[in-house]
Amino acid sequence: MVGEKNEALLKVENISLAFGGVRALEEVSFDVMRGEVRAIIGPNGAGKSSMLNVINGFYHPQKGSITYKNRRRAQMKPHAAAAAGIARTFQNIALFRGMSALDNIMTGRVHKMKRGFLWQALHIGPARREEMENRAFVEGIIDFLEIQAIRRVPVGRLPYGLQKRVELGRALAAEPDLLLLDEPMAGMNLEEKEDMCRFILDVNEQFGTTIALIEHDMGVVMDISDRVVVLDHGKKLADGTPAEVRGDQAVVDAYLGVARG
Amino acid sequence: MFYREAGDFKSTYAEDQALFPIALDRWFVLAAAVMACGVPLVASEYWLSTIFLPVLILSIAAIGLNLLTGYAGQLSLGAGGFMACGAYMAYKFTTAFPELNMVVVFALSGLSAAAVGIVFGIPSLRIKGFYLAVTTLAAQFFLLWLFTKVPWFVNYSISGVPTAPPREMFGVPVTGASASVEARYYLVLALTAILALLAKNLVRGRIGREWMAIRDMDIAAEIIGIRPLKTKLTAFAISSFYCGVAGALWSFCYINIVEPTAFDINRSFAILFMIIIGGLGSILGSFLGAAFITLLPVFLNNAPALFNLQISSTLVSHIEFMVFGALIIFFLIVEPHGLARLWQIAKEKLRLWPFPH
Ligand SMILES: Nc1ncnc2c1ncn2[C@@H]1O[C@H](COP(=O)(O)OP(=O)(O)OP(=O)(O)O)[C@@H](O)[C@H]1O
Ligand SMILES: [Mg+2]
Repeated sequence: MVGEKNEALLKVENISLAFGGVRALEEVSFDVMRGEVRAIIGPNGAGKSSMLNVINGFYHPQKGSITYKNRRRAQMKPHAAAAAGIARTFQNIALFRGMSALDNIMTGRVHKMKRGFLWQALHIGPARREEMENRAFVEGIIDFLEIQAIRRVPVGRLPYGLQKRVELGRALAAEPDLLLLDEPMAGMNLEEKEDMCRFILDVNEQFGTTIALIEHDMGVVMDISDRVVVLDHGKKLADGTPAEVRGDQAVVDAYLGVARG
Repeated sequence: MFYREAGDFKSTYAEDQALFPIALDRWFVLAAAVMACGVPLVASEYWLSTIFLPVLILSIAAIGLNLLTGYAGQLSLGAGGFMACGAYMAYKFTTAFPELNMVVVFALSGLSAAAVGIVFGIPSLRIKGFYLAVTTLAAQFFLLWLFTKVPWFVNYSISGVPTAPPREMFGVPVTGASASVEARYYLVLALTAILALLAKNLVRGRIGREWMAIRDMDIAAEIIGIRPLKTKLTAFAISSFYCGVAGALWSFCYINIVEPTAFDINRSFAILFMIIIGGLGSILGSFLGAAFITLLPVFLNNAPALFNLQISSTLVSHIEFMVFGALIIFFLIVEPHGLARLWQIAKEKLRLWPFPH
């Protein structure tokens, strides 16, 4: 396992983000320890996806700071985040639809492939070796996710559940230190959810990957996460272990409020 | 079972990643190569000079545009302009350094076109689709205007349209009117084969995947760490290189004259149609499209005579436009992967024959 536990890999402090008049995030602070599975929950529109977008530099907050691997920044840049080991999946699958599952996962390894275009055009020596080595790594991921049979299929033709799996594969291909998953189980049936849970836990245990995930299914959240942060209307409501959060009155109210109205 | 993937197992990734992983594909390619080399023995000079030469040269340009539009998803209407770049720069290089090997001249003219391509590719960071097409159209008109108006490009020749100077390789004339059509054919064939191979290598490696990622979803590509500007400019540069070489070959090995009308807006559209009909995102499709668009008018012109019909030549050219229009609409709507995809489907049918289950 990389680094020590009980050390914050990521710390966001007083993050505020607004779109015109919409305050998506207000003064949100929390941290993610190395090696943990951290869940972010909250009702629709609470600002969960926005938070992930801030962490990997897709949105730039107006206030606050992001400390990742002990480097403090006012904002991230997508490219810098990817290079520093942050990978993610999206709420609405963002795969490259015209490419095969294999090619999609291979794109996750752009940072590991350095040979310039002349080498690639010739496809000999170092460029060829580089392609083989990365292909072997990606085949490992394909085996892990049990998607050998669909390697060559353009992802646009795959069913939803498998697309989610390929997208996870693309994120894993980057060998991330921090993996951000935006509703990895949304829209899946029970069996697919169980598979996905198993993959997430395996990634966390086998590779020691730190995971921050958004999930609506409370059963799943309680099962797989070490700690939970609850957002509502852009503000942090609660933060703690699943048991603590479940007992929190503010959280119960927020969820009941949503259920009522 | 003529054509099979099943049973053709790969034991290493190297084998699986070979250019043509399926044995029968390798035979197809080998047969095509042998046939291409043997063409001058059987084809008449007329066929060589009016069909095979232009098809090969236009295939290079179509590959170039396909890399940019089919793979990287950047719509361009400037292919003709970049071809003109290559033609005029080849003229400048070979008149300034007459001893320079023609392959080097063609490479340098390709590089010049690539540099110009990078400049005109810069707007692609901010604008997409239709608006990008309009800026490439501006490139097309600007470049042709430049080459027509600035006499330096034609060494102040009085006519303004200089003939391609005769040059030799290994003691054999390969350019200009004095070169035999066979010599020109073999030079063009060799360059086409090499350039097609290099393009195939590019698109199956990291760079090809980056291009396709930008094409399919540029935001996701950026988030996994692909740099959009660098990726798009690489596509513009390499694409323009191919178009530049094609333009130089067109002037030096085919029409033997360096003139702007050969590279006007109609040329740009013709090459765009080639990749739409041949298949966006396919190297094979670039060849099929170039052959199709070159052969269709020949066929339509000869068809009335074949069937003993009296049709005026103006009507034939009208029919030509209608057929092109219909085909383009058909492929855009029904089969955006073009002839290359139809070929693939045919292979799949063949593979399952005679047990289609
Ligand atoms: N790009 C944007 N432009 C304008 N408003 C935005 C944008 N992204 C998010 N918002 C707004 O910010 C708020 C929080 O949105 P966000 O997507 O982060 O919620 P969420 O917690 O992920 O909700 P859900 O459970 O529905 O995915 C919403 O009001 C949303 O409309
Ligand atoms: Mg969301």
